[in-house]
Amino acid sequence: MTQPIPRLQATALNSVHRKMGAKMVDFGGWDMPLQYSGILEEHRAVRASVGIFDVSHMGEIEIHGPDAGVLTNYVTTNAVAKLQAGQIHYAGLLYEHGGFVDDILVHKVSDDRYFLCVNASNQEKDHRHIAGANRFQTTVDFASDRYSQLAVQGPRALETLQKLTTADLAAIGYYHFIDSVVAETPTRIARTGYTGEDGFEIYFAPEQSERIWYKILDAGQEFGIKPCGLGARNTLRLEAGMALYGHEIHATITPFEAGLAWIVKLDKGDFIGRAALARQKQQGVTRKLIGFEMTGRGIGRDDYEVFLDGSPAGWVTSGGPSPTLNKNIGMCYLPAEHSKPGQRIRIAIRNQLVDAVTIQAPFYKRMK
Amino acid sequence: MYPEDLHYTKQHEWVRVSDDMAVIGITDYAQKELGDIVYVDLPRVGATLQQGTVMGSVESVKAVSDIYAPVSGEVTETNDALSTAPEKLNESPHGDGWLIKLRLSAPNEVSALLSAEAYQKYVAEEETGH
Repeated sequence: MTQPIPRLQATALNSVHRKMGAKMVDFGGWDMPLQYSGILEEHRAVRASVGIFDVSHMGEIEIHGPDAGVLTNYVTTNAVAKLQAGQIHYAGLLYEHGGFVDDILVHKVSDDRYFLCVNASNQEKDHRHIAGANRFQTTVDFASDRYSQLAVQGPRALETLQKLTTADLAAIGYYHFIDSVVAETPTRIARTGYTGEDGFEIYFAPEQSERIWYKILDAGQEFGIKPCGLGARNTLRLEAGMALYGHEIHATITPFEAGLAWIVKLDKGDFIGRAALARQKQQGVTRKLIGFEMTGRGIGRDDYEVFLDGSPAGWVTSGGPSPTLNKNIGMCYLPAEHSKPGQRIRIAIRNQLVDAVTIQAPFYKRMK
Repeated sequence: MYPEDLHYTKQHEWVRVSDDMAVIGITDYAQKELGDIVYVDLPRVGATLQQGTVMGSVESVKAVSDIYAPVSGEVTETNDALSTAPEKLNESPHGDGWLIKLRLSAPNEVSALLSAEAYQKYVAEEETGH
């Protein structure tokens, strides 16, 4: 007898989410919590105190061997040689034509070991892409099954997580990580996030997921910690002006168009996509990402058309209400010459054009 | 849970009728499915609505949902409080979160709508179907 193939993939915490009353959604083939108590409440908990997210759907790829750094540098846009062991950077994984395969976090474990955190729905594609470029002395290991990932985010994230580890979390710099122990479990603790707040993303063996999830909820109880779903994750990252694969960036968008020139180091040696980017840098981009806020009544949402002087000129990549700013915000592509703050635009919201104005993202910056 | 004096549709609107006037809103089930409501778009006072056609929309953080006119008639009043406090729709969908009032042009349409009991049963089936 053959078992029916489940339609959706699930993280180790799937039954916990259901038990806790989460509303579940199909997120790129994963059965994930959209929300528990409500997107607005969860969003505010992260801005004001602390929230915990199950992001175990994210993929992990390990590159190890003598040439691990060489391969990592060859398949990504950022300068791997600049990374110290224990440091992390954001990078693009590109096609030869300069479009994104994915956007990823590169963790340097040691000279011969790199740990990549990649988007859930891209992980198999990323692995094929990197393995396909591997003509070096190194191994590309698809490691997603070996890790659960939780994000603990917000101004009280450090105090919450500190209760469960003897490691000095305050000593971990932004975009740095340590391999330590959380709740008696070997854990990679990275000071990264996708919310615009201080916080940590932790990686550990999936079988410990339920225990660690509840330990963190207990530890954060005095701060009013909330379990948060992908709904709040999206509103938080949008306020912080961070890109989401499939929206701001995808296979036909380059880092320069997406405003991510800072992750492209053309002088770091050859890498996939370098020639196309060098050409684009010389010629200039024709379209560019910019933030906007609605000035008329309405919410500009993903994929709505953007008009300039009555003609279609671009599209909204992500848009929605900003719970922190109490405005309707978003990001859009516009012809490069109009992609600057203060440009009046109109967004086609169903059958009418509603006024908006471009502004520089991020919309929200935490006080440091 | 679902007030007995209301009539319901499978699109999750409700209607409260007195004489030739009707109050229209969306149901508790609808507000729960939508999540936090942040924006409500309603027809203008004086607009003529045809049963089953789009009369407006409600937007949650995540999504936009059309609202269909459960009955035909002319809009006499809209719930302006929703423009500054759309959360009333989550807090009190069958009360303060009402959407519009209208004068019925075809009062016989009401008899074909669902009773509270029938709607409750329909919603229970929707939930288990998920």
